[in-house]
Amino acid sequence: MSERVNVLKTYKLYINGAFPRSESGRYFIINDKSGKQLANMCRASRKDFRNAVVAARKAFDGWMSRSAYNRGQILYRIAEMMEGRKNQFVDELVSQGHSKNKAQKEVEASIDRFIYYAGWSDKYQQVFGTVNPVASPHFNFSMPEPTGVVVASAPDDQPLISLSTLIAVTIVGGNTCIVLASELKPLTAITLAEVLNSSDVPAGVVNILTGYREELISHFSSHMDVNSIWYTNGDKKNRKLIQENASKNVKRVHFTTFDDWTKEAAENPYLIQDFQEIKTTWHPVGI
Amino acid sequence: MSLSDLSIPDITKTVPVDQIGVEERVARLSSRSIKKGSKVEALKLALNMVDLTTLEGMDSPGKVRQLCNKAKRPFEGHNDIPSVAAVCVYPSMVSIAKESLRGTDIHIASVATSFPSGMAPLQAKIDEVSYAINEGADEIDMVISRGKFLSGEYSYVAEEIAQIKDICGDIHLKVILETGELQTLDNVRKASELAMHAGADFIKTSTGKVTPAATMPVTLVMLEAIRDYYFKYGRKVGMKPAGGIRDAKTAIKYLVMVKETLGTGWLSNEYFRFGASSLANDLLMQIIKQQTGDYQSGDYFSID
Amino acid sequence: MIEEKKTSKTRLDFQTKWEYSPAPESTDHIQLKDQYNLFINGKFVEPEEGRYFDSINPASEDKLASVAMATEADVNKAVKAARDAYNKIWSKITAKDRGKYIFRIARLIQERAREFAVIESLDGGKPIRESRDVDIPLVAAHFFYYAGWADKLKYAFPGRDPKPLGVAGQIIPWNFPLLMAAWKIAPALATGNTVVIKPAETTPLTALKLAEIIQEADLPPGVVNIITGAGKTGEALVKHADVNKIAFTGSTEVGKIIQKTLAGTDKKYSLELGGKGANIIFEDAAIDQAVEGIINAIFFNQGHVCCAGSRLFVQESVAEEVIAKLKDRMGTLIVGDPLDKNTDIGAINSKAQLDKINELIESGINEGGEIFQSGCDLPAHGYWCRPTLFQEVSQSHRIVQEEIFGPVLTIQTFRTPDEAITKANNTPYGLSGGIWTDKGSKIFNTGSKIRAGVMWSNTFNKFDATSPFGGYKESGMGREGGLHGLLPYLELK
Repeated sequence: MSERVNVLKTYKLYINGAFPRSESGRYFIINDKSGKQLANMCRASRKDFRNAVVAARKAFDGWMSRSAYNRGQILYRIAEMMEGRKNQFVDELVSQGHSKNKAQKEVEASIDRFIYYAGWSDKYQQVFGTVNPVASPHFNFSMPEPTGVVVASAPDDQPLISLSTLIAVTIVGGNTCIVLASELKPLTAITLAEVLNSSDVPAGVVNILTGYREELISHFSSHMDVNSIWYTNGDKKNRKLIQENASKNVKRVHFTTFDDWTKEAAENPYLIQDFQEIKTTWHPVGI
Repeated sequence: MSLSDLSIPDITKTVPVDQIGVEERVARLSSRSIKKGSKVEALKLALNMVDLTTLEGMDSPGKVRQLCNKAKRPFEGHNDIPSVAAVCVYPSMVSIAKESLRGTDIHIASVATSFPSGMAPLQAKIDEVSYAINEGADEIDMVISRGKFLSGEYSYVAEEIAQIKDICGDIHLKVILETGELQTLDNVRKASELAMHAGADFIKTSTGKVTPAATMPVTLVMLEAIRDYYFKYGRKVGMKPAGGIRDAKTAIKYLVMVKETLGTGWLSNEYFRFGASSLANDLLMQIIKQQTGDYQSGDYFSID
Repeated sequence: MIEEKKTSKTRLDFQTKWEYSPAPESTDHIQLKDQYNLFINGKFVEPEEGRYFDSINPASEDKLASVAMATEADVNKAVKAARDAYNKIWSKITAKDRGKYIFRIARLIQERAREFAVIESLDGGKPIRESRDVDIPLVAAHFFYYAGWADKLKYAFPGRDPKPLGVAGQIIPWNFPLLMAAWKIAPALATGNTVVIKPAETTPLTALKLAEIIQEADLPPGVVNIITGAGKTGEALVKHADVNKIAFTGSTEVGKIIQKTLAGTDKKYSLELGGKGANIIFEDAAIDQAVEGIINAIFFNQGHVCCAGSRLFVQESVAEEVIAKLKDRMGTLIVGDPLDKNTDIGAINSKAQLDKINELIESGINEGGEIFQSGCDLPAHGYWCRPTLFQEVSQSHRIVQEEIFGPVLTIQTFRTPDEAITKANNTPYGLSGGIWTDKGSKIFNTGSKIRAGVMWSNTFNKFDATSPFGGYKESGMGREGGLHGLLPYLELK
């Protein structure tokens, strides 16, 4: 009996709850460590990015209006769906060069990462919000509100845990995001997109692009309808460019690196706070 | 009533309306479970309250005749199915409807006053109403001037309604508030009171040309305004939600709201109507489902 | 000029047309055993003295199941199981893993929500609509909320090292049986404690079903122990030397006994006791929504609510209108079979409670109050009380002072905000208060002066897992819900 001819997977972009190919039609090849081809990845263009921003902006009002409880439930659902696909994620990481052990650890950490941030959805407000005892007879309170549309770029190693963290942190706070996957190891990013797509995440809340970082980073940082940029690749050379471009619309700029994204250093509410604005409201206290 | 007699209370001092409180009351009313005998009763009641409507620029005599045929015979072979309350058409189609519905009890309602926008001089609106009545309309559905209302010219809005009511005489006048444009429930309450004081026989939510059209919160606020007006003056004003009510389940929720806010006195087509077109078929399907026990298909119910 | 005329013609009729047919919730899918044992150390075990008592359906007086009676020996067993679980497992596993177990419980409850809602209504008498739409969703949300805190405690108390207390003994009431269990168990577990919990004797069933969920979630044995019984069981738990913390929700009378019993020990305690909430309606309120607020405040859950707005204060200028509308609204409340989806007011929880309510109603009449009750039909069997209000009462009447815990509202009028505030505070209780006005500044001003743990403005009886709940004065101490709800179960080193 000859071996079954299996079906090769097509890896596409994830924009507005759908899986389109790049409008540019371009691609780049990902090989495994023996040089065997794994996939033709879509090479996202600035127009794909533009479309993703439109989708993210459209989804923002709805997403930020959901109750915190609902957002937490959705993040937990993402973890449930990922758990079911554990083996697929492990296989993809291994094919891209991880050891089985490292892959297993990273996948489990990624699932637990979504659970961790799910738990923050209805608590960071209690930690970061305040009631302010002003000297005049006013009730005065400050509360965090999501900053809006965030564009984030994942580093190359630890592609799944880093991507999971970028997504979880931004969306648990009510933001919508466009995330660029690891350039060298992008497979799990698209599988993660498939998980998001089956987790009740509304279309446009998360958009995932694969492509060349150098090509896209200037567009990311100069788009006038993006509120914040989160750059996590360890290199220094793009920083000045990003900061200069960001000044065009006063984007909030964040650079974050971790030696090991699976460790607890990447689990804290201050990352959420980085993508929040603080709104202070006054109201007189009188008859 | 002559205009010099028209006295409108200070509309800026109407009772405040709390949106969240209204929505919670609506949610609780919506959780009523209407089954078995009470469901059949509700479905038939609702069907008898429908104003079957066609208000399109492309309406033609043929289209209106078909609508009237549907009104007369909603579903062949069943004698216990009530007819609709009225058909609702543009003034130029009134005579067609009149001819078609001769010999039945089904009323002809005509929209008028430059429906749906209301953006025309008063005289043109008056002329249009007179025309519709001459053509044979039993009921007039007018629109208020929303721009005037939103800029605070309440007397203008009230006087306009009073003038139209004057022309109508005994012909029953529905006043469309266009609640989708009024936006806040406070405005809906104010506009309701204004319209009733100016002489409306019915207050109606929408033209159906603006989204959102009828909603349950808006309807509840209007029903409460009607109730308070009744307590104060002893006059019963009717209510008509129009647009956006497409299925029987929703229609029944509206009836629950009427029953538990105004009581049984409003549970007839004399005081409550549904402005709808596709609702009628869904009500029919549900009535047949209750009789046969089987879920129905649209294939078995005429479109018109 | 149109004249105002109020004639007898202008009353509304809600009854004579289109009566709602019965709409019974189906019960054939639920699973109830004939007999339940005690849930200790992850298993159902027989009570040491082999005694059982019946849990009945207060709407029909039918027996639902028999339930074990835990005696002192069983309490000892349960506490030991909790202690061992604490020492060997619960204090050793990672906080993250603790959280994951609690998340499992939350999700499992969501999966079996309908079954829980039906059993809650059967056992306690509350309408299925309430248990389905309010109780059970709040239960799941409570577990979900606290699950998330397990590995985040250091952020709740910056600069401190929060540590669990050990074994918590918890005693809960019969008015929101499963919700009260959630309010106790979820924060205790999240903060690293283990639990021995005693449900109320008239409503043990949903807690016992929760035990099944706990097994399904694979929670390590002994972390949660559920022991059914009556007053003596609770007493044994409170007095047990190896319990570090007592959490009690119930009457102020028993709360005081517990506080006294614990004197001289090192045990920590939190108490959530009775209330006699003031609900204040100003003339500038959104009147129709305020009337609905009164209904929610006192008739919801048959008035079996510690934070009920049982004393209405209405500004004199709108009193007539409010009271007339209130009476009309009471006319549309449906009292009846808790399992009917249209029921608004279910059965009184027990004969004992009904007797208590009726005794107080009698006293209200005898002390000169003017009584009004809606005219609805009542079923022949079971324990029922019509929605009731009293006018012409004052602060000195028993029904204005004592907690009735039934669908009985007292009404007083006021003329100035100060008068309302003073009267609202004129009580040893301090659990809740309500203010109805369209004026924001009045809300904050009046709210700041009322001595109560929960202030509802233009709403009433709203609960959320993130929102701290608890009383001032004799309504108790300690908070449940929110960040503050963690405190009762932690030592901040």
